Amino acid sequence: MTDEFIKLSAQSVNLWFGSKQVLKNINIDFPQNQVTALIGPSGCGKSTLLRSFNRMHDLLPDVKIEGKLMLDQQDLYEKNISVTQLRRRVGMVFQKANPFPKSIYENINYGLKINDIPKGDRDQIIEKALKESYIWDEVKDELQKPATRLSGGQQQRLCIARTVALRPEVILMDEPCSALDPLSTLKIEELITKLKKDYTIIIVTHNMQQAQRVADKTVFMYLGEVIEMGDTQEIFNNPTNELTGNYVKGRFG
Amino acid sequence: MKKLTPFIEWGTLLFCTGTVCFYLFVILFDLISKGAPSISWEFISTQPRAGMTMGGILPAITGTVLLTIITAIVSVPFGISCAIYLNEYAVDSWLTRIIRACIRNLSGVPSIIYGLFGLALFVQGLHMGTSLVSAGFTLGLLSLPYIITTTEEALRRIPASTREAALAVGATQFESIRDVVIPAALPGILTGVVLTLSRAAGETAPIMFTGVAFYINSPAGNINQEFMSLPYHLYMLATQHQSIDVVRPLAYGTALVLIMVVFILNLTAFYIRYKHSKNDR
Repeated sequence: MTDEFIKLSAQSVNLWFGSKQVLKNINIDFPQNQVTALIGPSGCGKSTLLRSFNRMHDLLPDVKIEGKLMLDQQDLYEKNISVTQLRRRVGMVFQKANPFPKSIYENINYGLKINDIPKGDRDQIIEKALKESYIWDEVKDELQKPATRLSGGQQQRLCIARTVALRPEVILMDEPCSALDPLSTLKIEELITKLKKDYTIIIVTHNMQQAQRVADKTVFMYLGEVIEMGDTQEIFNNPTNELTGNYVKGRFG
Repeated sequence: MKKLTPFIEWGTLLFCTGTVCFYLFVILFDLISKGAPSISWEFISTQPRAGMTMGGILPAITGTVLLTIITAIVSVPFGISCAIYLNEYAVDSWLTRIIRACIRNLSGVPSIIYGLFGLALFVQGLHMGTSLVSAGFTLGLLSLPYIITTTEEALRRIPASTREAALAVGATQFESIRDVVIPAALPGILTGVVLTLSRAAGETAPIMFTGVAFYINSPAGNINQEFMSLPYHLYMLATQHQSIDVVRPLAYGTALVLIMVVFILNLTAFYIRYKHSKNDR
């Protein structure tokens, strides 16, 4: 990992919800322009870790975070950091597709509008984002249609388009395919592989095949701790930890 | 016996439904058959004449409409803002739980209590006198808990993931509420508002002490003066008039107009919901 540029990193991160410690001493480096998969059984803290990278926990009461979460050597939780600016740089795609209850066009336009992108540029950006997310051909004639009428897979690709339209540096994906059929999943996986050259991607997944298909690096977490991390092939074929081996072979989880 | 049980269950439910429908039908039929003959253009567009025995009920109609508008001006902005604060900003602590319980309880307070409270606070305490504005404020207070509760319900139906979607593209919490949460909850909020106002429009007790009058000599309009209103007019015609039998057709006519006003408000709520469900699915 030495010659890679570290885009994002967690350094000795501990996180509590109330009195319950959810993340324990997390140390991970996420290299630029690579896909890193976070795997582990439910409740191991992988989504919590993911959401702390764009400060989605900010609005919850009783959350305490210790340690450092760094984006380009800058602490995300420093006082003078603008959360809205940060979330523009670190985009997020959620587990269940969550388009705004607005038109397809407005779904992407909204992010551009609140980030003060000039009106004249928006149409072009929207078209580009939809093309990058491989949904343009399906929706180009009905951009004013409510986004909620799209299929689940289309909605998720629209959510990805909404994220890439803002040109983030990092894209966080929280089980983006868990509610989708195999064909839609395949499309999204292809999309992830293509997006890799422009973005740094972190994906939480429960699907071992998916992790092997899309991820360059894999991190295995268990009960709030990182058990093992490394190149995906290594993790799946030669895990050093017994727990990792059992999990990736489907013996528990 | 096993075979009979479904029929008994089905029959009981059908019987109850039938009873309710029958009872609604009887009320409507009675009102329409006895009230419809009194309804004419003259009835809804002129002043009462000859000690209420002739003429129309225009001042009562304008009074009720103006009263409802004042009620809305008082209760809607405060009620919706309060619900947004409680549901979106306030943390879940014992204090907010107590506040919420109090609001729920307020909606159970009998309306006559609101009337007495309005009399003490607005009419006497704030020297607003018995007037349209006093009555409007009183009904506004009465409507607040309903508007807060229905708005909160509407906001709660918007999933957290919708709010997160807005935050994730860089919206502030306020922007996410203003641009995404409120528009999505608007049909529910408006339905609650309209139903609450239609209930307020039919209230008699709270306005009895605070501003309504049996007869005024002009078609209402000055908010500092007493006013006529449909429910109170009906009450007077039905029980307090010196020649009840003579004015009975007018009382039925008034009841029918009141029902129609409330019905139109309810239809509006229905239309809002219908339009939304068509847009959404």
